[in-house]
Formats: sequence, structure tokens, C-alpha cells
Amino acid sequence: MGSNMAEAHPVGFQWIIEAKLRGAKVIHIDPRFTRTSAHADQHVPIRAGTDIAFLGGVVNHILSNDLDFREYVAAYTNAPYLVSESFQDTEDLDGLFSGYDPHTASYDATSWSYANVNSEPHPGHDAKERSDPYQHGARGPFVETADGGIESDPTLQHPRCVFQVLKRHFSRYTPEMVARICGVPEETFLQVCDAWTANSGRERTTSLVYSVGWTQHSVGAQYIRAGSIVQLLTGNIGRPGSGIFALRGHASIQGSTDIPTLFNLLPGYLPMPDTRHETLSDYLDGVRGPEQKGFWGNSDAYMVSLLKEYWGDAATAENDFCFDYMPRINGDHNTYRTAMDMLAGKVHGFFLLGQNPAVGSAHGRLQRLGMANLDWLVVRDLSMIESATVWKDSPEIETGEIVPEKCRTEVFFFPASSHVEKAGTFTQTQRMLQWRDQAVEPIGDRRSELWFFHQLAVRIKERLAGSTDERDRPVLDLAWDYEVEGDEPSPADVLRHINGIDLTTGRTVNGYPELKADGSTACGCWIYSGVYANETNQARRRVSRFDSGPYDAEWGWTWPLNRRILYNRASADPEGRPWSERKKLVWWDEESGQWTGNDTPDFELKKPPHYRAPEGSSGPTALSGSDAFIMMADGKAWLYAPAGLADGPMPTHYEPHESPMRNLLYGQQGSPVRKVYGRPDNPSNPAPPEANSDVFPFVFTAARLTEHHTAGAMSRQLPYLAELQPALFVEVSPELARERGLTHLGWAHVITSRTAVDARVMVTDRMAPLRIDGRVVHQVWMPYHWGSAGLTTGDVVNDLIGVVGDGNVFIQESKVLTCDVQPGQRPRGPALLAYVEEYRQRAGITVETGTRIATAGGHLERAHIEPDEPDDDPPEEAS
Amino acid sequence: MGVKTWLDAWPVYRQLTGEDPLGRGRAAQSKRSRTLESKTETADRMVHSVCPYCAVGCAQRVFVKDEQVIQIEGNPDSPISRGRLCPKGSASKQLVTGPQRETHVLYRRPYGTDWEPLDLDTAVDMVVDRMLDARRKGWQDTDDEGRKLRRTLGMASLGGAALDNEENYLIKKLFTALGAIQIENQARI
Repeated sequence: MGSNMAEAHPVGFQWIIEAKLRGAKVIHIDPRFTRTSAHADQHVPIRAGTDIAFLGGVVNHILSNDLDFREYVAAYTNAPYLVSESFQDTEDLDGLFSGYDPHTASYDATSWSYANVNSEPHPGHDAKERSDPYQHGARGPFVETADGGIESDPTLQHPRCVFQVLKRHFSRYTPEMVARICGVPEETFLQVCDAWTANSGRERTTSLVYSVGWTQHSVGAQYIRAGSIVQLLTGNIGRPGSGIFALRGHASIQGSTDIPTLFNLLPGYLPMPDTRHETLSDYLDGVRGPEQKGFWGNSDAYMVSLLKEYWGDAATAENDFCFDYMPRINGDHNTYRTAMDMLAGKVHGFFLLGQNPAVGSAHGRLQRLGMANLDWLVVRDLSMIESATVWKDSPEIETGEIVPEKCRTEVFFFPASSHVEKAGTFTQTQRMLQWRDQAVEPIGDRRSELWFFHQLAVRIKERLAGSTDERDRPVLDLAWDYEVEGDEPSPADVLRHINGIDLTTGRTVNGYPELKADGSTACGCWIYSGVYANETNQARRRVSRFDSGPYDAEWGWTWPLNRRILYNRASADPEGRPWSERKKLVWWDEESGQWTGNDTPDFELKKPPHYRAPEGSSGPTALSGSDAFIMMADGKAWLYAPAGLADGPMPTHYEPHESPMRNLLYGQQGSPVRKVYGRPDNPSNPAPPEANSDVFPFVFTAARLTEHHTAGAMSRQLPYLAELQPALFVEVSPELARERGLTHLGWAHVITSRTAVDARVMVTDRMAPLRIDGRVVHQVWMPYHWGSAGLTTGDVVNDLIGVVGDGNVFIQESKVLTCDVQPGQRPRGPALLAYVEEYRQRAGITVETGTRIATAGGHLERAHIEPDEPDDDPPEEAS
Repeated sequence: MGVKTWLDAWPVYRQLTGEDPLGRGRAAQSKRSRTLESKTETADRMVHSVCPYCAVGCAQRVFVKDEQVIQIEGNPDSPISRGRLCPKGSASKQLVTGPQRETHVLYRRPYGTDWEPLDLDTAVDMVVDRMLDARRKGWQDTDDEGRKLRRTLGMASLGGAALDNEENYLIKKLFTALGAIQIENQARI
């Protein structure tokens, strides 16, 4: 679901074909019939943006018919735990959970907690009304579990136990409702349910695959929660052939999340410090609760080791390991917010490191106008990209919105080294680090990022040397003594420091269990600890598949600790025996007194299944021998999230921000906490209950082609690829082509309240119209790889998309919006602006459209629009 | 020419008598094809790499001759890709050797209408000047309630997701020490 794997991950798709040849049934649930559907046993067309309704239907089907894997659910999930009496469900509140504040469009999650335990904000913690998931890292929220544990009902019958709460929550997600919302016939829906449940249990497992078709939604995090709930109810986590595969889109996008260049994270999913954290101990109190279970209990060792890697000898126990040097966040600093801040003149300089937001980010026009308002822009890429030339040839030059002679942005273009001109690791989609050797030296001015940032660091340190300004201490004390090869750091030595070093011996540590909180270890990313175990680059291992076992454990290195399947303790029953011979993976070996099997056990090796934690314990010690989910605060997988999410403890179907439909389940139309940016330059198409949604009557979705890569900088320039996919096109059904007078291979343009975009028409049955609640809904699809540079050029599809985001993670909703389609090409130059303005007027669009996000109970609550004058201008430096 | 040699030169004979009954391999090979040598055979070295496009992580073999990349192929040893590459991975020699690659620093001055050349060393120094200036202009010591911020909103960064882990690590480390927090990545998108 939400993935066109054959198209976007073609070589990975060979394993789906392999499984199919061995008898697996492949079902593809997707708005469009794609290359993936062509290889599937069954393609299920669905209206874009309704996957939670579909999955909620599957949950309801499982629970109504007792089709869950009961022993697994009872042992490894939080199904038995009782939820607080003050919790109210969407069934009670017309689509909202208890704790909603329409004024701030956010929840106070206190009432979602378990019945007898503290969850956030916990005592001693600087109380904050809102749950701010961006501040969690990935540790999950607190749940205090000590002393007698959480009140529970092992029979799963208590009306307030998670199992029953879940059952009630999804009780109206019936096959009939799925058909009305998703456009999937009841019979087809039930076929999917039957296939899923019949292929799960002790003897069989089912895998679920998703990609950005799930994440790029205003409810993206809850899409994944919904998939997780189905996979937990069916016992499909931690076992061979089970799991949820997040197919990521770029060579090391997993790596750039693990070792993040993200505003709210530090390496290893430690949260970025915020204004509540005066001291290291405040910070650590925010990462781990004093009485919670699991391996986040050792986060003091992870964080202190990171601080030691950052600030070396300067970081001591006496000075809180330089925790004070850390900058603090206090809100939303994501890349879209930053683009808006560029427009407001608050951001002076911007680095683009192999990224092309003029084409690749939602609302390209906003991105380009933002960049044209900077003091300076640094672009590092292999070839010239649209983002480096906004002052020269952007669409806004044609409309007159940018005039080169009036654009003040100073631009530096640095040519980058390619993947064969430098050595280093990528982390692929299954968390595997693979090392690349360097093949050739880069020529001319081509350099790696490693070179560039090393040069910046060395020169900035020189420039600030002798400074007595307190704010320069973090730079002057920064440990930057990597082994140098020529004029850049050795990537292997950087990886050693990421792995972690025992400062008493100078040798690499063998894994995160060896990290210490006393300052005797330094480690750049605790989850990568072990990648340089025994002073050996484990990511460089290449034992051929012809010479290894079924898990190919010596090809590359997978975090954590080379575990190939996460939470694999759940592949055995609570007593430590495989659920079945056919599906065995790791098990308890009584004789040797340890866990063993085909994969690295994701459990303390010597902790027996019958182990029960001593009273008052916390952290890893508090995990019992059957607490398979060792990172969770209660050791259990969460069917219900008692805290930690911005938009509710359980997934709920909300319509997309832009939708042709009213929500059929609740008065609450869209996500009540979605991140809207109500500004004149970021208009929304109206959606019910607002009027005039028929001006943009069609559902729009976009995705990739095999032959191009994201914003096109690595593909539109290549002759082979440009020839294989030579032009931008829009896929429409024959019915829609008739309705709008579109001719196959002729021109059409697609319009939203942001802009209009030209494309060639592809009339195809692949985009079948759907019958939704008694009416026909057309969907259109476009690939999004084009821009003005390269051998094949075209309009920027992302210009159609506005900025609205998931309330948890701020990812933009770019997989579903509404649009109109008209034959012929769009107007050009200033006439384009007038044309789109005419559409906005016809639809009655104002800055408030789409921003009255609380609609439950028949009310349209206040609009969430941005003030004209930003109120948090950074103070101008006096010195 | 003996009869045997004469017969052997006839593809149908080879097809009927040899190990290639379908005539799709050696039986159909001309004398010229038989004597051709793969350029990978004469490469100076083969270097292990990984495809830079999607996140599957297909292993690549990069063949180098005279310090030039002459061929990039899949690596059959890989348990992930089993030697296969998709159209993008197969085109990656064009990605690294094609004329679209820029080789020199380019500079566009404020209000300029075209690129100008600039020396690499000078360019890095100019960026350092501007970073320190932007850092100063956007500096915030505390928020309205006097809580520590110790940061700058003067500069931001957006990174691609084909950067190495080692590179991302140093990027985050340096920016954090400088107090810059709007450091983002394709992973947000």
C-alpha cells in the first residue's frame, strides 16, 4: 500500500517476484494500476487519502471475527492494559479524542494514558500542555511501569482494556463504510481481509510494504500506526516473512535520519535539546522516565558519549559534558517553515547539499521566491540545478516576479564529488550500512561534503581563535581531530568515531551496551555502535551470498548490532520456543542458557524467558523475559499509544486537507492537528464543509518513474534516462478525457490554487474512476521529476502543491490534493498569474480557506492564519 | 580448410551438435564476437561501490582504466541485488562521467546576470565570512522568558539523501557547534 515498488525500487522488487514464484500471494492496494499491480495477484484501486479507513476496516474485521493471533497479542502487545477512565474516543466526540483545544488545534494527551500510571507530563518535568512529538526523538513517550505494573486484564474482556477500546473505536469501519469512503467494493475488501488473516498465525506470516505514498499525508504517521496495528493483531512483527517494510527513496535517506540533518533530532534519535532543558539532567529526564522499562533507560550513556565525541577533553562531568554548548529548539524549524522565514527576510544564508527544492519540495514557487530573498546561497551538486539558477531562469522570471537585476542573492556553486570519487557508507532501506571504496580522484574543484565541512570547520576555528566571546566556545572546543588524508578527514576514521571509542584504551567499542555515562566513552551515534567493532570496518564486509547463510550476516552491517530483523524475540513464544518450526528465527537454548538462532537476537542474550524484574527496577533490567519490545517504555508493542502522538492514541480516518468529499464517519473533516500555514502565498483549495470544492473537482496524486530520480538532477541530464522518459505527462481515465475534451498525447494543464502546469495527456485505464458514496470521483496522476534544466524539460509538478503538514512530523501532504484539468497549454507569463487568480476567485479562496480545521459538532472553529507581522523576529545583534 | 573446420563455421551445425541447442549463445557467435574482449577484462582495477539512486542499495562494480571510470556493473555477490541494476543504476556511468558534471566553482554576484568563475579557496573563505556574519545577525541568547536558546536563525541548510553517513555526521556536528538549528534533509520531505 502506498508503494509502487516495481517502479520505484525495481531491483528490490525481485524478492516479491521470488516470493510469488514460491507461492506467495501479492496484493497491491493503490489508486493507480502500476508496474507493481501488473505483477500482483490482485490490484485494489482505492481513493487516494483513504488508507486509514481501509485499514481500520481490516482491524474491525479481525476483531469482530476473532481472527487475531491471540497468544501473540496477549503476550507482546498492550492489548490487556486498561486505559484511563477520563479517556473519550472519537465515537464519543464526533471525530475528536478527549483533550482537544480548538484554539491551539492541539491535544492535551493526559486523558489518553493508562489507568493507573503516569504518562507525560511526568512529575518533575516542566509541564507543558501540548504533547510535542517532535521533541521525543524516537524514544517514545514515558510510561511509568514500576511497582505492580499497569492495571490489566489478561482475558481482554474489561471494557477499558486496550483490546476493547480498539474494537469500539473501529466498530463503524464496516465493509460497507470502506466501500463508501475508499471506493473499494465490499467483496474486494473482504477478499483482502481473508487473504491477510488466512496467511497469518503460527505457521504463516504476511509482509506489509509502504513508501512515501503513506508518509506524505497530513495523517501520515497514523497511516503507519494503522498498518502496525493490523500487523500486530495478526502476529506479523519480528518474525521471518513478516514486518512492515518502509521502502525509502534515496541511497542514504535512512542514514540521514539515523545520523540526522533534521532540526529536531540528534544522532540515534536522541531529541534535540529544547528550552526546558537547562541542564543535562533536565534533558535526560525528558528522554527517560525514572521508572520506565527498556533500553532508552541507558540514554545517559548514549548522550554523554555523543557530547564526548562533540567536545572531547573539554567535556567533563564537572561541566555537564558541555551540554550547555547545545543550541535549543522551541518550536517548528522544519524546512518549509524555514522557506517562509526566508521570504520574511529572517534567514540570511542557505546551504543546499545535493538537494533541489526549486523542483523537489512542495510549493516550488514559495521555495524559489524564498531563495531569491536570501543574502547568499551555497549550492553543492554534481551538475547545475534549478535551485542554483532561480535568479536566471526560474518560472518567476517569466511571470516577472523575479528580475535578475533586482535579485540580491549571492550564489556560490560548488561542484560535488560523485559516489565513486569518495569513500563512505550509505544506509539502505533495511538499515544496512554498506561501504563504498573510492574508485577515482575527483578532478577540478569537485570535492566531497567531508572535504567541504572539514575546510569550513578548520577555517572557522582559525578565524575565531582567541575569541573571548562565550558563544564561540562550542566552536573553539569542538573536537575535530580526525585522521586526515590529504586535505580532508579519513571517512573510515569518522566512521570509527561514529561507532564509538573507549577513551581509556583508544580502541573502538563493540556495541552500544559498552557505552558509559561517566565520560569514558565517546560515540557519535549509539545505534551505529558496532559498525567498527574490533577496529574493523564491518560495513565493508562483502561475503558473497554464495558463501553465506540465509541471513547473509556478513554482507555489510545492519543497525542495531547487525540484527537483520527487529524485535525478533517475538518470533518465539513467551516461553522462548519458536511459534512454529516453519517460522523459527531465534529461540531460547536452555542448555547453553542463552538466546540463539539464525539472526542476532534482539534481546539480552542471557535473559531467560521466565525472568521477572525485581521490584523497583528500571531500564533494561526492568524488562521481563517476555517483554519482546525492548525499546518501548512498557516492553510491549502499542496497539494504542497512551501518549506521544499529536493526533490521537489510535488512527482515525480524516479526509485529506483538500478533498472532494465530506468525512462520512465524523463531523471532524480533516486531521484536527494538521499543520496549516494560513498565508496569502500558500492558498488551499476548498474542501467540505467549505463551499466551492467543485471548482477543483478531481483528486490529484503524484509519484515516481523508474527512469527518473526525484527532482531530476541525477536523471534528466543523462541521455539514456532522458530518452527512456522524454516528457512530463498526466494520466487520466478515458471517462475523464471525454468529460474534459482531452486528447491522448495532446496537451493539457492541471490547475490548483497555487498554479497551473502543462503536461502531455496519457489516456489510460490505469486511472480508473471510482464510485465513492454514490458519485463518480476521478483521480489524475503525474510523475514529478521535471524542471527547466537537462536534456528533457518540463513544468514543475510540485508547484501545484501547497504546504500543509502532518502534526507529528511536519511532512507535507503531497500525495493527495484536488485539482482541475483543462485541455491545451496553460497561459504564460503574467497571464498565468491572472489565470490562477481567476480560479481562486471563483472558488472564493481567502487566506482562511482550509485553516478552520476543527469541524466536529457542526462548528467551523477559528481560522489558523499567520499574523501579518511575525512576532518572533530574532533580535538584531548589537555588537 | 578441413571438413570439420568448415562444418564448425556453420552456426546450425554448432547449434545441433554443441551445448547451445537454442542458438542463443556460443552457437550463434561469429568469429569476430569470439575474439572480442570485454573492456572490464582490461581494466586496471575493479572497485566496490553502491548505487547512489534509490534506497535498495544495489552493489556496483566500478571498473577503472587510466584513472577513468570505464564501466559500472552490478555485483552478483550481493545478497540484496544479485548483480542486477535498474535503468538508473545501469546509467550511473553517465552520471559520473557525463558532460553535465560541473568541474569548477561558479559565482553569481548580487544583482548579477550571469555566472563568473571563482577560485575554490577564495570561495570557501567567502562562505566562511558569510557564515560568521549570518550567525551573528541571527543570534539569539535567550527567549522572551529568559530561557537559554544559544542559537542562530541566520542560516539554514537542506541536505540531500545521497550524502554519506560520515558527511551527515560532520555537517550536523559543525552546525550544532555554530548554533545553527534549521538543518534539514530530504528525510523531512
